[in-house]
Amino acid sequence: MPTTENNRPVFQVNQITKTYQMGEVSVHALRGVSLELFQGELSVLLGASGSGKSTLLNILGGLDTPTQGQVLYQGKELSLDLSQATEAQLTDYRRFHVGFVFQFYNLIPSLTAAENVAVVTEIAKSPMTPAEALELVGLENRLNHFPAQLSGGEQQRVAIARAIAKNPDVLLCDEPTGALDSKTGIKVLEALAKINQELGTTTSIITHNAGIASMADRVIKLTDGQIVDIQQNDSRIQAQALSW
Amino acid sequence: MRAIDIKLWRELWDMRMQALAIAMVIVSGVAIFIMSLSTYDSLKETRDSYYRVHQFADVFANLTRAPMSLAQRIEDIPGVARVETRVVTYVNLDVPGFKDPVSGHMISLPRHQERQMNRLFLTQGRLVDPSRDNEIVMSVEFAKAHQLELGDKIWAIINGRRQALTIVGKGMSPEYIYQIAPGAMFPDYQRYGVMWVARKPLASAYDMEGAFNNVTLKLNRNIEPKAVIEQLDDLLKPYGGTGAIDRHDQLSHRFLDEELKQLQNMATMFPIIFFAVAAFLLNVVVSRLISLQREQIAILKAFGYSNLAVGVHYSKLILMIVVFGIIIGTFLGIWMGTSMSELYSKFYSFPYLVYELKPWVLVSAGIVSIGVALIGTVYAVRKAIKLPPAEGMRPEQVAIYRPTVIERWGLQTLFSQPTRMILRHLERRPLKSLLTSLGISMAFGIMMVGGFQEGAINHMIDVQYKLSQREDMMVFFVEPSAKDALYSLQSLEGVEYAEGLRRVNARLRHEHRSYRTGVQGIEPNSELRRLLDANLSPIHIPKEGVVITDYLAQKLHLKLNDLMTIEVLDGKRPILQVPVAGIVKEYVGLNAYMHRDTLNHLLKEGNVISGALLTVDEDAQQSLYAKLKNMPKVVGVVEQRAAIDGFNETMEETILFFTFISTLLGGSIAFGVVYNSMRIALSERHRELASLRVLGFRRSEVAFILLGEMALLTFIAIPLGFLIGYGLCAYLAFNFDSDLYRIPLVLGIDVYAFSALVVIVSSLISGGLIWRNLAHLDMVAVLKAKE
Repeated sequence: MPTTENNRPVFQVNQITKTYQMGEVSVHALRGVSLELFQGELSVLLGASGSGKSTLLNILGGLDTPTQGQVLYQGKELSLDLSQATEAQLTDYRRFHVGFVFQFYNLIPSLTAAENVAVVTEIAKSPMTPAEALELVGLENRLNHFPAQLSGGEQQRVAIARAIAKNPDVLLCDEPTGALDSKTGIKVLEALAKINQELGTTTSIITHNAGIASMADRVIKLTDGQIVDIQQNDSRIQAQALSW
Repeated sequence: MRAIDIKLWRELWDMRMQALAIAMVIVSGVAIFIMSLSTYDSLKETRDSYYRVHQFADVFANLTRAPMSLAQRIEDIPGVARVETRVVTYVNLDVPGFKDPVSGHMISLPRHQERQMNRLFLTQGRLVDPSRDNEIVMSVEFAKAHQLELGDKIWAIINGRRQALTIVGKGMSPEYIYQIAPGAMFPDYQRYGVMWVARKPLASAYDMEGAFNNVTLKLNRNIEPKAVIEQLDDLLKPYGGTGAIDRHDQLSHRFLDEELKQLQNMATMFPIIFFAVAAFLLNVVVSRLISLQREQIAILKAFGYSNLAVGVHYSKLILMIVVFGIIIGTFLGIWMGTSMSELYSKFYSFPYLVYELKPWVLVSAGIVSIGVALIGTVYAVRKAIKLPPAEGMRPEQVAIYRPTVIERWGLQTLFSQPTRMILRHLERRPLKSLLTSLGISMAFGIMMVGGFQEGAINHMIDVQYKLSQREDMMVFFVEPSAKDALYSLQSLEGVEYAEGLRRVNARLRHEHRSYRTGVQGIEPNSELRRLLDANLSPIHIPKEGVVITDYLAQKLHLKLNDLMTIEVLDGKRPILQVPVAGIVKEYVGLNAYMHRDTLNHLLKEGNVISGALLTVDEDAQQSLYAKLKNMPKVVGVVEQRAAIDGFNETMEETILFFTFISTLLGGSIAFGVVYNSMRIALSERHRELASLRVLGFRRSEVAFILLGEMALLTFIAIPLGFLIGYGLCAYLAFNFDSDLYRIPLVLGIDVYAFSALVVIVSSLISGGLIWRNLAHLDMVAVLKAKE
């Protein structure tokens, strides 16, 4: 079990702010956030909608850049200042180092489960096979099904398989259970926990559902664009024991 | 403005590029419709009013010589309103500073212009003094080509005597709107001129006092010329009549008629294509818009908007695009119409050309484009009308895909995931994919039609004047002469080779069909008059029988070995029965050929020729012309090459204009179809493309999925387009076919290449615009938004 003390930080977030211009109104999505995320750690970003958790995740994932402040990424093969990186650098960073899981799965409807995974493994450096990735999420029997032929939970697990198939250094999940009922959601969380444990992938999960918090190593609470609390869990609870 | 209309304007603004691309296609359709019909009307109205005011005759006849007393008998033919007799001759002209042979067509003017048919339109000067033999009114074109002014002199060989003629006026006549020498294909204002002279001196020079050799008739209203012509022919027969014709066979009138027919073709064929493509594009774009706005439609309905109001709402959007297209298309069409009319005034000699845009043309352009657009989108709009409010609030079903046929064959390992996405997307909507390809291929078709004419005309000229008629010069004698005349030509300095030719006017008959042309007796193994079979290989003239143009065979329903009747219209006017011994390919005119000996024999004459074909040493050409002009036996010299060069020069501008127009039109279709298809694809798949960007795909890799799909559709469109283009050109060529000329269906590789180039460039431009759109794929939004 990784702990904060004996591990090096993968992300060092230093006093970042993010301001959007929405017409004539400036929206301050992040107001000076500093944070470190450690190798192999499973963290949960908890907050109400509008708290800035998604903005933070987007910046960590290289989809967005902060208005001010610095975000350092230090992976096994790459060190990158995400706040200064170019568009092409960010694309490569996403391509080789980050796995994403979306709230609404975002599978390609014209590709089967295996092909949806292959879409990523074909451009990755040392991926697992689509079959291996789908086996990790328990979908070894659904390889040739199109998204329209899968349930919501199954689709989300395909999305997880797609995210982890490239053996990413970081796995970022935005409300992965948001569109699912609790029973199906727990299955998805089980898959995420299993991957975190077996592969040691640094994992961050966004949720507004406090019930999920107890499966994490650390719970980071955001309100109004600021971190208001970081809570270290002494022990992680198994996903199947969660309920909400 | 009502809120719902404000919504419309804003949405139109948001999709302005797409709307513009569709409007461009409508613009093209409306413009070409208005251009061709307004040019048609301008040409036809101008011609009709010119004919009316200047009393263009209804029936025309040539004869050898008849006494004036015959005129009264002609006037007595039922249906004849007025008769005008004339003396008409062909002369050799001598224009100061111009060495080439020039033939002149001299037409007598009656004493009183007012009573006259085919009245002159004087642009300058005055009519001739009836008593003077040295005054002429010159045709405007000829005067312009030689920069002749009033008071300038030219010389004519009138019945063997060289005479100075002073230009006292410049004019034009409804008989010579298209001014070409008899038997020529192209106008040559430098080498052929029409002039009008006083009757008395001309008659006395040609022994025509109290006689005439040409007559024109005006008929009473609603009289069929056919019966009149039959009676006239009977009257003229003893006086060497060569067969009267009505307007339909009058050369200048014929050429104009062909032109008008082409304009009508253009006015139907092209707009149909453009309106069909525009309707397809509107359907695609509006369908997409309506499916994106399902929730909005549901909300509108939930708030009490009626189904009708929703239908009207989207119809308004369509109308705004179409009306925009109609307005711009009208202006473009008027501009193109006036440009085209100006081009026509270079080919045709009109005293004025009134540009005429009839209201019904505008109204029908509007009604047709609006009608087609509404019909094309009726399905999409109906979907909005029928949508139950509750269902509109639910998201549309996830698109269902299947492995494609190719993959079911087990070939999927050949394709990467993005390629599979392309293939499955295309296969999921085969009809839409097909129509998209069809739309692009229409662009090819239109481009090919634009490029086809130039190549076809060049080919026609090459075959006719390089392969078949190989002489440098054709010389006509005043009357048929013994073959010895050929030796005097051969002995002239500069003549390399000479070949005799016997030609008689004749009416060719088979069953009830007939055609008036000439029969040419040519030398066996003729070097200068080659007959060509369907493969354009030379064939020998058989000793027996007659060889005829393929189109003439079709027209008279003649097959090989059928008996054809030749009614000779010269000399003793024998009627001959001759079997068809061969059918030859010719693109210009309709002709019959025989072995010269056989023709001489059938005409019961000796070894006689009526003219000669010459090849000439270029250096000695000028001195040769001078000598020919002074040979009393020689009545005319025709040099086709110069006419062809002149024609090509005039055509260049026309071809440039048409290339410009067809590029504009083809480009607008290609751009309209490709750009809209890609925008729709981007809108439909923007979520999955953005997801791929999040997953680390580069912009180029994402673009491949969109652009690759379009590239594939364009690729399919290429052979399809070539097929459509070939079909359109064949249709056009078929419509061009007439006894005057046939346009060969020849499509050079350059025509294919240029149309492909324009279509590919248009696709690349739309691809470039889409590339810019891809830069703005919102990756953050895609994580949140639910479609």
